[in-house]
Amino acid sequence: MTYLEARGVVRAYGPTPALRGVTLDVAEGEILAVTGPSGCGKSTLLHCLAGILRPDAGQVTWRGERIDEWSEAARSRLRRTEFGVLFQFGQLVAELTAAENVALPLLLAGTGRRAARAAALAWLERLGVAEVADVLPGEMSGGQQQRCATARALVTEPRVLFADEPTGALDTVTGEQVLTQLVRLAREQRTTVVLVTHEPRVAGYADREVTMRDGLVDHSGLGLDAPVSGGHW
Amino acid sequence: MDRVSTSHVLLGLLAAGPRHGYELKRAHDERLPRARPLAFGQVYATLARLQRDGLVVPAGQEREGGPDRTTYALTEEGRTALDRWLAAVEPPMPYVASTLFAKVVVALLVADPERTRGYLIAQRRAHTARLRELTAVKTAPSAGLNDVIAADFAIAHLDADLRWLHTTLDRVADWHREVHP
Repeated sequence: MTYLEARGVVRAYGPTPALRGVTLDVAEGEILAVTGPSGCGKSTLLHCLAGILRPDAGQVTWRGERIDEWSEAARSRLRRTEFGVLFQFGQLVAELTAAENVALPLLLAGTGRRAARAAALAWLERLGVAEVADVLPGEMSGGQQQRCATARALVTEPRVLFADEPTGALDTVTGEQVLTQLVRLAREQRTTVVLVTHEPRVAGYADREVTMRDGLVDHSGLGLDAPVSGGHW
Repeated sequence: MDRVSTSHVLLGLLAAGPRHGYELKRAHDERLPRARPLAFGQVYATLARLQRDGLVVPAGQEREGGPDRTTYALTEEGRTALDRWLAAVEPPMPYVASTLFAKVVVALLVADPERTRGYLIAQRRAHTARLRELTAVKTAPSAGLNDVIAADFAIAHLDADLRWLHTTLDRVADWHREVHP
């Protein structure tokens, strides 16, 4: 059984099709990069896989369960427990300190305040930003903010982490540090990672890469998971 | 890739003090970890040439239970030559000279667009595999700064090539029409 899969997923924004029948398998523990030019549908695919968006047609299956058929509440619960999400920026709650931000998913999942804070501090430490535990996001550097967001995405020890251009707003060196930590921690915990990026060098951190074009995953040769053949794409 | 001046690299490695050929080879391979390793023969031939040109002089014999080893020291002229090399700005990409680029152009002249695409796709895969290898090298906990800087250099170039390969894949059809009207 495939761990996480999309089968013929279609999704449009009004009249504009973003996904035109995407089929994709993700293995457990795998770090998969989804690459492609702007507008190719890679972010929409990530949102569908993570249960944030519901496909117009097709299926999204996680461990044999059709999560696309789940209610909004059930999918939301899934994202607080088994799935983690990480975006480019703007994810931290401005009024909360780093530690409070990182503790938030645990508090929402019912963990006690003291235990949540302890876990948050441990994750900030693991990401190398223990010093900003009591600092508000507005007073942190971009790199510190993204490390906090990473800590928050990992604090629930999710089985799958969905990361959409997680280093897109950072300079090269900071971005690489964040990615290195993210990948190392994901491997330690055997967290499956779906990493959306348009940068070849970011895809270099993944075990495998699939390429998207015009709302489809390319299975005809351009995609790096497929054998070379003379097919059209 | 441009040719690196081994002479100037050796002059640089001698700047901190006299060394013999074996030490120079080791220092070279350690400082330039992803470069093609220097052959001993090349080190000695280069030292002989530098000595002939007055840029280094023999500074003594070292015997460590093995064969005699001549240590070499930088001369004043050698230091000047090194300074001049370090101060000279390298011409940025004076020619678009790359086998990768030439092969794509030739493929388009002699073959159909599909074959050109096939080559671009295969090359893209090879580049990505290498990019992944080097990423693993630089992110390994044991990686030293030498390794990281060398891997950074290679990764930045592979990244640029990959972007070019991708763009060119998009342009093959138009380009073919222009080459074969």
